Amino acid sequence: MTEARYDRAPGDRPSREMQASAPSPLFVYTTGLFLALLLTATSFWAANTSLLWPGGVALGLAVLAIAQMGVHLVFFLHITTGPESTNNVLALAFGVLIVFVVVAGSMWIMADMNQNMMMPSGEPMNLHMQH
Amino acid sequence: MNISVAIDSVPQEVLPSASEAGPAPKRIVVAYGFWIFLLSDIVMFSALFASYAVLGHSTAGGPTGAQLFNQVTVAIETACLLVSSYTCGLMSLAINSRRYLRTYLAALITFALGAAFLTLEIREFASMIAIGATPERSAFLSAFFTLVGCHGLHVTLGLIWLVVMMVQVAVMGFDATAQRRLLCFSLFWHALDIVWVGLFTVVYLMGVSP
Repeated sequence: MTEARYDRAPGDRPSREMQASAPSPLFVYTTGLFLALLLTATSFWAANTSLLWPGGVALGLAVLAIAQMGVHLVFFLHITTGPESTNNVLALAFGVLIVFVVVAGSMWIMADMNQNMMMPSGEPMNLHMQH
Repeated sequence: MNISVAIDSVPQEVLPSASEAGPAPKRIVVAYGFWIFLLSDIVMFSALFASYAVLGHSTAGGPTGAQLFNQVTVAIETACLLVSSYTCGLMSLAINSRRYLRTYLAALITFALGAAFLTLEIREFASMIAIGATPERSAFLSAFFTLVGCHGLHVTLGLIWLVVMMVQVAVMGFDATAQRRLLCFSLFWHALDIVWVGLFTVVYLMGVSP
């Protein structure tokens, strides 16, 4: 009996048949480390430089962070698109959906409430932001 | 006889499908269950991230993030956690090839870097509290201490777990139970680093940039 028919445990490297053509695991981890260091350094540079348009920095930082999370998932946690990893990816996709709904939904609702709570003078009342 | 017919007549070894092969090995079931726990832990962090994103500017006249945060400290913390994630990966390689010395060495470096991260974070908290930036000062600081403190608590638990696992390896050797637990530990440690990536971006970089 072969293990290929089972799912792969998250964090485990691909099965033996695939390993023959795959790069050595040490190389995978080291590549991940360098990519993550590169992205982190870019994030710190982008947050402090005056060369970039300030309005776009936050979006750029978000993109860099998501890219780095992807690097961690692929190179450190060995999440792949292979069939034996499907269940891990599906669970991850559901988790990402919930995270997106919670974060984006909260920010959207609270920004909307801020808008609707304008005082007659035009000053935002900011009730929930007082404390 | 035609060669293709000859190949067709040889019975191919058919792999049993997962349902025919019976339940998956315990290692896969345990790691998958722990993966689902980690995702639910990340969902909990997302609620703390959402509250920080909403409350981040409500400083109630108190100190703002730009006044409090020191980017050099954050950069060192980030590097510590990232390299400790890497050495944790090296540790799982050493475990798979059952080398004691390399496992202990990688675990020691992972522990030292994690402890350095925690020390820097506690010093940062202490210096903030010393100048009156306590959690009860403003909604921003409440959200900050909850979010960053919760991550620090996870790192503390991970460090304790790592020590316990090294004792288990010393006592039990690399048996299947210890290997499963070490796999779960490395998943936990890598996931903490992923949370930290979101954390230093949202809290420290976005909070400080003008």
